[in-house]
Amino acid sequence: MHHLRSLLANVLLVGFVGAAGAVEPGERLADPVLEARARALSQELRCLVCQNESIDDSHADLAHDLRVLLRERLTAGDTDPQAIDFLVSRYGQFVLLRPPVEPATYALWFGPAAVLALGAIGVGTYLRRRHAGLNARPAPLTTAERLRLEELLREGES
Amino acid sequence: MRSWAPAAVSARRTREDEQMIAELGHFSLMLALCLALVQATLPMAGAARRQLGWMAAGDRTAIGQLVFVTAAFAALIHAYVSSDFSLLNVVENSHSAKPLLYKITGVWGNHEGSMVLWVFILSLFGAAVAWFGGNLPTELRARVLSVQGMIGAGFLLFILFTSDPFRRVAPAPLDGHGLNPILQDPGLAFHPPFLYLGYVGFSVAFSFAVAALIEGRVDAAWARWVRPWTLAAWCALTTGIAMGSWWAYYTLGWGGWWFWDPVENASFMPWLVGTALLHSAIVVEKRGTLKSWTILLAIVTFSLSLVGTFLVRSGVLTSVHAFATDPTRGIFILLLLTVAVGGSLALYAVRAPALKSDGVFAPISREGALVVNNLLLTTAAVTVFLGTLYPLFLDAAGGPKVSVGFPFFDRTFVPLMVPLLIAVGIGPLLAWKRGDLRGALQRLWVALAIVLIVETVGMYLAHGGPLLAVFGLTLAAWVFAGAIVEWAERVKLLRVPAGDSWRRARMLPRAAYGMTLAHVGLAVTVAGIAASAWQSERIDIVRPGDDLPLAGYVLHFDGVAKAQGPNYSADRATVTVRRDGETVAVLNPEKRFFPVQQMHTSETAIRTNLLADLYVTLGEADGHGGWTLRAYWKPLVPWIWIGAIFMAMGGLASLSDRRWRVGIAARRVLAAQAAVAGE
Repeated sequence: MHHLRSLLANVLLVGFVGAAGAVEPGERLADPVLEARARALSQELRCLVCQNESIDDSHADLAHDLRVLLRERLTAGDTDPQAIDFLVSRYGQFVLLRPPVEPATYALWFGPAAVLALGAIGVGTYLRRRHAGLNARPAPLTTAERLRLEELLREGES
Repeated sequence: MRSWAPAAVSARRTREDEQMIAELGHFSLMLALCLALVQATLPMAGAARRQLGWMAAGDRTAIGQLVFVTAAFAALIHAYVSSDFSLLNVVENSHSAKPLLYKITGVWGNHEGSMVLWVFILSLFGAAVAWFGGNLPTELRARVLSVQGMIGAGFLLFILFTSDPFRRVAPAPLDGHGLNPILQDPGLAFHPPFLYLGYVGFSVAFSFAVAALIEGRVDAAWARWVRPWTLAAWCALTTGIAMGSWWAYYTLGWGGWWFWDPVENASFMPWLVGTALLHSAIVVEKRGTLKSWTILLAIVTFSLSLVGTFLVRSGVLTSVHAFATDPTRGIFILLLLTVAVGGSLALYAVRAPALKSDGVFAPISREGALVVNNLLLTTAAVTVFLGTLYPLFLDAAGGPKVSVGFPFFDRTFVPLMVPLLIAVGIGPLLAWKRGDLRGALQRLWVALAIVLIVETVGMYLAHGGPLLAVFGLTLAAWVFAGAIVEWAERVKLLRVPAGDSWRRARMLPRAAYGMTLAHVGLAVTVAGIAASAWQSERIDIVRPGDDLPLAGYVLHFDGVAKAQGPNYSADRATVTVRRDGETVAVLNPEKRFFPVQQMHTSETAIRTNLLADLYVTLGEADGHGGWTLRAYWKPLVPWIWIGAIFMAMGGLASLSDRRWRVGIAARRVLAAQAAVAGE
């Protein structure tokens, strides 16, 4: 299960942005498993001095420091959540490119789904109304309309 | 020039004459503002009181505004080209040693200049409505031009009071600060102008919407008038966004092309809603329904364009405190947005209920599919909006400081695209009014077969790797096959003799080809995005003579040499790319140093065969003769932009449909009537 989730996470992560790599050869860890974890984590961490760039993407000095720091923690035996917690305790939630799900971010995380649900209800109602109109039989002609129709038909014959 | 004047005096005089041009530019802006104010009021009042003369003022002021704004824009360009450092804006953003191209493009590489470009394009569109709007009813044209005038007046006031590009500085410094080296790229010549063509182009749809609300009438004719403008704006915006993304790709040094950066999102939101608008306007035109929704989309699209324009330049994105550092500018922006967005939405709230839609249709129908398209596109836009502005809202409300990056968008935006892409494949095969889903799926059996083949091949290649990428490719194949099957159905390919099919293919309206092309483009882009999961990379320290294997190629590092550019010096690497011992390409990534700004930039070397890119950048020297080299192999990545080009070409093909020119006959009639009336 855990394996599947991390696989899915990796897929999602590289899915849209594509692996980056501001990482310097000197920063890399010898252990490929640790290094892969470091790369995955650093894509979720923000370079604090950049606009929405992860520390894996940014060439800023601060991003370099954070990459090294993250690798130090991983080498020291931190699990992924521990390493993230350490960075959050140091730099605040601002460092997370994926904000945690908590009351202050409910509107952010559940907003799109709520909008989609409300929109779907609205669309459903709208489609039903349009559909009802499709099957409704046209209203019968009023007397005036019928007389006019007869007149027109007579004109057509003559 | 007097002949007896000593050379020095005459030179100074010329210099002063040149500096006068800036003054003329400033004055032109003021005149343009006066004309815009007249344009904003007189035609509108004229339309209400049926005063032909007042309404006619709309055309003349729109053209006059174009003349004066062009003059101001030209004056500003002149100040940049002639390095007139008595202007603060030129000092801050230019330098005498800069190549001519970047002196010109630097005009809109900053807040003030970009606002002038914005107004220039706005007046271009205003004048275009006046020129090409001959087939519009007089009242409608007057009202549309009047709303254009209001927008122009708002922006000109903003420029003159808070963002004056012609502000003087005394004494004039000897040289300027130069332009950020990252912006010194041909990309700056095209990317912002195309974005603005898109943003501002949507103003015409907005003006048509407001005018329709005032008149209380939206019909097929209205949709037919508004669609070409929307199409033109959409094509430009598509091109602009794609160019920006490509620019980021080759500039930033590691091949990312979309970062969910607030600035990118700012242009993406109007694109999403504009795409929805494009589709819903078809329903209004063909079926007389979705009217008030289409009006709302037109208002929202331009509102998002306004938000986008300001978000990018005002600095609020980095922090809300940017408002505090320059309160006048911030307050003016808020005021302008409130008036434009609030005003049009209030008008909408009052008048839209009166817009009666008469069409009826079953849920499974072309209309139904387009409604689903609109639901998903607008939800996607809301998602991008939330992700972009949430940190700002939270900060303003005193909440914690958070970042919203691509992990958020991957989990919210991408899932919305899946049902959308599925719908794109089926929708065009459904009939108007009452579609036959099973029939459509039966006709899509070829498409399903293609999809299955792509999926199987993808799975085989992926070996249980990125499953989502295989899924993405499958969706791309689905959209592609859907578009092709729809076209084949229309020309009855293989059902009738080839000659008949050929004749049918030639008879198909251009708008039909536009759709096919745009949908194929979407498929191509999606494939490019999905395949990026298969990229491979090598980041290593290399010494001259080293070989770096990458995706079947061998990258041979020959070394680094010094090179000199017009306003920079560079370390230029030579990398020979070989495949099976044969040289395929020689790549020259550079590291440039710009002495004026004391900044380093990296120049990427890319070799593409349209199926994949080899992407190489040069990193730091290690001081012992070694250099960091980053090399990537990116399969299908060029397709992302090729697809965008297809989409824009589809838009253009649709734009060239003769349906939009049906007004020509009506215009002749009008002209004849005018001639009779004049006698």
